[in-house]
Amino acid sequence: MLGRVCAIRILQAVPTLLGVATLVFFLLHLVPGDPVDALLGESALAADREAMRHALHLDLPLIQQYTSFLGGLFAGDWGNSIVDGRGVFALIMERLPATAELAAFSLVLALVLALPLGYWAARHAGSSKDYAAMSFSLLGVSIPNFWLGPMLMLLFSVTLGWLPVSGMDAPGSIILPAITLGTALAAILSRMARSSWLEAMSSDAMRTARASGVSEQIIWWRHAARLAAVPVVTMFALQLGAVLGGAVITETVFDWPGLGLLTIEAIQRRDYPLVQGCVLIIAGFYVLANLLADLLGLWLDPRQRHGG
Amino acid sequence: MLQTMMQTAGRTVFVLLAVPLLVLIFALLLNVDGHAVDLDAILAGVSGAHPLGTDALGRDLLARLAEGLTLSLSVGVTVVLLGSVIGISVGVTAAWMGGWVDALLMRVADIVLSFPGILLAIALAAMLGPGVENLVMALVAVGWVGFARLSRAQVLALKHAPYVEASQAGGSSVGYIATHHLLPNIAAPLLVEASFGLAAVIIGEAGLSFLGVGVQPPAASLGTMIKEGTSLMLVEPLLVFWPGLILFMVVMAVNLLGDRLRDRLDVKSESADV
Repeated sequence: MLGRVCAIRILQAVPTLLGVATLVFFLLHLVPGDPVDALLGESALAADREAMRHALHLDLPLIQQYTSFLGGLFAGDWGNSIVDGRGVFALIMERLPATAELAAFSLVLALVLALPLGYWAARHAGSSKDYAAMSFSLLGVSIPNFWLGPMLMLLFSVTLGWLPVSGMDAPGSIILPAITLGTALAAILSRMARSSWLEAMSSDAMRTARASGVSEQIIWWRHAARLAAVPVVTMFALQLGAVLGGAVITETVFDWPGLGLLTIEAIQRRDYPLVQGCVLIIAGFYVLANLLADLLGLWLDPRQRHGG
Repeated sequence: MLQTMMQTAGRTVFVLLAVPLLVLIFALLLNVDGHAVDLDAILAGVSGAHPLGTDALGRDLLARLAEGLTLSLSVGVTVVLLGSVIGISVGVTAAWMGGWVDALLMRVADIVLSFPGILLAIALAAMLGPGVENLVMALVAVGWVGFARLSRAQVLALKHAPYVEASQAGGSSVGYIATHHLLPNIAAPLLVEASFGLAAVIIGEAGLSFLGVGVQPPAASLGTMIKEGTSLMLVEPLLVFWPGLILFMVVMAVNLLGDRLRDRLDVKSESADV
């Protein structure tokens, strides 16, 4: 049963990925006027314009451009960067490890902060402690990361001199970017942990456990935690993808040489094939993270398997 | 206890909005041009003429903050209005029609949701080119989906309610049913979605402008001001502090308002995921 439902979900992700690739393809064709004009300026020589059109395959019929784009994706040929001529796929792969490292640190940080905070808030639900914890969470979702980053830099790098300002070479350089990226995630996860724990605690199963004389500590940590874990784990998996979107801004703030910064650099240089590639890979990871969240939900909560 | 918390939340909203409101009021009273370059007053400190000082081109910081804040709020409200009209129309149509129309519209929504929102907005804004109109288009292209999914889920739940079926049997048109029976009954969760959407759009506008794909200089946006301030952070930290603080306070107030609305209207956030 589980295997069949999982297989259906995996198959359902295929058209979504295809849709993502289609939308990314049409992004290049959204450029108002001619992308070649945008790249070279309207005063460029006709020969240069023609060469550029050929390099971007814009001289081919649209449907042919689309099919060769899709074919190229499967064959690993994602086109070449206009700026330095190197393969888009290779450029992306070069930057991917830095983003993976930042995302991993941020997610771990978010979990370490969110779970105790969510538990604490749930345990003291309705009290001033709960209110304080949830205020912190509200603060976390409201603070723009492109402001939090510079503020952390000012305090910890400029004023106190404890941590490097930017880049990823100096020791400890990941701390500030990880806090910047992880704060909003921690806020979202702590809210989810609190509400899931409270919901689990109000279930019939917990009432029965209480009536059978099971200690409060065991109910909270063994029985309720297991029920509460389902939405939290699902949300965590969803955040795996969302963190890549957030990385675009965080990497720009801290000059962190990952995929996010590459995307912004490509946008600034109007390197459209590279923009396409970056957007595609981030969206691809996002779809896979959503799929993972779905599969984890199915695995952890048998009730979902019957929901289709 | 819950009531006390909600009262406290209400007071907090007022406190949070006090500073941005003061900025707007003082800027109106002083009536300084935020675009007027004064090379004799570069990075000037606090004075009677410039209550919050000036930026790297000698422009009045308070006037620019007021301009940026006005822009953030107007972009936010425009995007939420457009996004909600498009999203609700799509969601109600999908739920009411069902079949292939529903499948098609929801697949489109799924594809948009397959991107991290900010990334799609960045890519669209970058491809469409700089400017406020394109920024609004990019944010609407991402923002309508939440309303569509939510209104679809709500209408699906109401579609077979006795009063809707009775109205249908009585010969009411689809438009009449939608405006007189469906929309009034799904307004509460949509209002909550709109308030959280407003906070997200305000941050989104500033974020896109920060990255250079939104509002362009010399126009002031809180995002471009943070960007400009970051490059001068070592010389004058207040240039990055003020726009960020104003942005943060407005977003937090709107989020808190959304929380309060949700509690008041007793809306379950899960309804959006049906």
